[in-house]
Amino acid sequence: MNKVWKRTYTYYFLLPAAIIYLVIFILPTFMSFFFSMTRWTLQDWTFTGLQNFKTFFYESSLNIGFKNTFVYAVVTCGLKVVFGLLLGVFLTSKIRTKNYLRSVVFFPTLVSTIAVGIAFSTLMHPTEGLINTTLASLGISGPDWLGDTRIALLSVAFVDVWKGVGFATVIYIAGIMSIPEDYYEALQIDGGNSWNKFWNIILPLSRSATNTVIILAFIGGLRSFDILWPMTRGGPGFATDVIASIIYKQYQAGFYGLATAGNVILFLFVSLLAFPLSLYLNRKEVDL
Amino acid sequence: MGMSNTGKSKKYVTVLSSALLFAGLLAGCGGSNNNDNASPSVSASQSESASPAETESSKPQEKVTISLLVDNSQDAVSVAKALVDAFQAKNPNITVETETRPAGSEGDNFVKTRLSTGDMNDVFFYNSGSLMQALNPEQNILDVTNEPWEADVIDSFKQTVTFNGKQYGAPTNATMGGGWFYNKKIYAQLGLSVPKTWAELMENNKKIKEAGITAIIGTYKDTWTSQLIMLADYYNVQAEAPNFAADYTANKAKYATTPAALRSFQKLEETVGYMNKDYLAATLDSGIKMLAEGKGAHYPMLTFIIPTIAQNNPEAINDIGFFAQPGDDADKNGVTVWMSPAAYIYKNSQHVEEAKKFLAFIASPEGMAAVGTVSQPTGPYVVKGAAMPDNVPQVVKDMLPYFDSGKTAPALEYVSPIKGPSLEQITVEVGAGKRKAADAAAMYDKDVEKQAQQLGLAGW
Repeated sequence: MNKVWKRTYTYYFLLPAAIIYLVIFILPTFMSFFFSMTRWTLQDWTFTGLQNFKTFFYESSLNIGFKNTFVYAVVTCGLKVVFGLLLGVFLTSKIRTKNYLRSVVFFPTLVSTIAVGIAFSTLMHPTEGLINTTLASLGISGPDWLGDTRIALLSVAFVDVWKGVGFATVIYIAGIMSIPEDYYEALQIDGGNSWNKFWNIILPLSRSATNTVIILAFIGGLRSFDILWPMTRGGPGFATDVIASIIYKQYQAGFYGLATAGNVILFLFVSLLAFPLSLYLNRKEVDL
Repeated sequence: MGMSNTGKSKKYVTVLSSALLFAGLLAGCGGSNNNDNASPSVSASQSESASPAETESSKPQEKVTISLLVDNSQDAVSVAKALVDAFQAKNPNITVETETRPAGSEGDNFVKTRLSTGDMNDVFFYNSGSLMQALNPEQNILDVTNEPWEADVIDSFKQTVTFNGKQYGAPTNATMGGGWFYNKKIYAQLGLSVPKTWAELMENNKKIKEAGITAIIGTYKDTWTSQLIMLADYYNVQAEAPNFAADYTANKAKYATTPAALRSFQKLEETVGYMNKDYLAATLDSGIKMLAEGKGAHYPMLTFIIPTIAQNNPEAINDIGFFAQPGDDADKNGVTVWMSPAAYIYKNSQHVEEAKKFLAFIASPEGMAAVGTVSQPTGPYVVKGAAMPDNVPQVVKDMLPYFDSGKTAPALEYVSPIKGPSLEQITVEVGAGKRKAADAAAMYDKDVEKQAQQLGLAGW
């Protein structure tokens, strides 16, 4: 008994973390479930039952919001996996300026998201932006990247990938570097080429890195807001509204109860997509 | 040896990183608590200067610092500075510290958050009309109904800062009109005359477009600017349907089913195709520039841009004219007026007396004269006896005939607390030709319904 006590820490050590977790996570979560059923001015509230959820689902741009959120998450997640993996493979190969290139790839992650959004919306200006003036000098007339409702969301997704791919790459680099040398030696003995190396060793054995990237990028994409807002504000009209921007607009209008209801809906939406995905991916993982 | 070394460096890293984390935490708190930090320093300076050395009149006076919150637009900041400087010159014992906030709906958010967290400055400048009513005035703003200066403020302004029969604000500037700016050089070049009906205006637009000039400047990157044609049409709405505001507030009249109101959306729809190519990416600032440089003939906008033109393009200010958005009947031609923003006192302010003095100064001819030195008036003042500066540009004088003949109406947002928050997205869609007027009106009615329900208004 004594021995056990000496070797284990007392539970009081958990207390600081537990209190912080309770106060800034558990408590607000349950409060938000309550306030989502009220008309709330931050100072006082009136209980309105499920009215807010009804109003939110009647929100004219909500259908497009669900669709955009899903499309945005799938596109950004997919591109981050593909580019992250390719860059990861490239940056773990035997090249000279490896460390420099790794910094370059990671750099966009360090820049403020709002600043990136503002910079890219200037670059994407249809007549004066650098992108279209460059295209024009090549004789191509570029589209209105953020004004054309058909491509505005994809333009934003592209910027998100540009900014987020560095992080995915770092995860892949860690994953690829943890693959034991033995596999490569075995491959050499069997006479495999570099395609075999990629397809039969790196791809299957960096599975856990892939899963991490998919989960992080997918959840990040579902609740994405910070890069979209400075670029399009959900516009033109409602064309690039995602659930998070719809919620923000309700908050901005002072509809705090309604905005909270939106957050509960977003929470459920993310959970319903992310948990099954996570379960599915983890089941397929293999040991090194 | 090697073992102990790594152990040491590990410890070092742990300590360093936790120190960094802690520093980050502190920095985070410091950022958000700027205002809290200000108040102790205020009381400190108060107690220091309470020493008898600082006596002005017979009784010892304390030096008091009050804080003022204004939006960060160029004009608002210089107006605040002029008012503060003139006020401090008159009241050497009161110091006013100015702080800025974002403008637009982000600013609404900012003000609401400060009020609800009890963090508001002593005095804050904010919109009059429905936006002010949304601040929960009875709980948050000091009632100034019985202040002596209220007698000098004209009634049409007072009604826009009134909530449940009590007045809450003092006007901080002149009125402004909403309508169409036009470039006189282009008008002269094409032989056009100021339109009195909507049909004439569209005729002009057609001729300008045929001449290869941008007929209407659109600046939809700043989404709120897309609402102008719809909002500036309110004079025409109330001319045709005098009870619209009351019925609309009481859930008895709708945009989709009131022909005069639906007309506002239809007018916007008719302008599709007349705007500059990059209207979705252009901003208010670039729109002002286009107007001043003659790259566009018309700009539907509020007259608050006049000081900006006067400052950035002084050589062009006399080439710019203004007319009210015309209706379908030339005899009923008048301008929609936006009232001055107002100065309000935070109800829980620790320095109510000093704040009241500041408001009394603002709402005096002297205060308006101070404003006039830095900000070209965008319309007549609402303080009795306040005269316009002599060098008022012609574009402001273009508005005077409407005021002199009483052909003005306050914008709808001053006479009804209801304004749907999605209007600017809806008008972007209409102006971009993505949504039909009737559909937009119905959609806006739904948006309005949501807002009325969220405000808890009776009858919705």
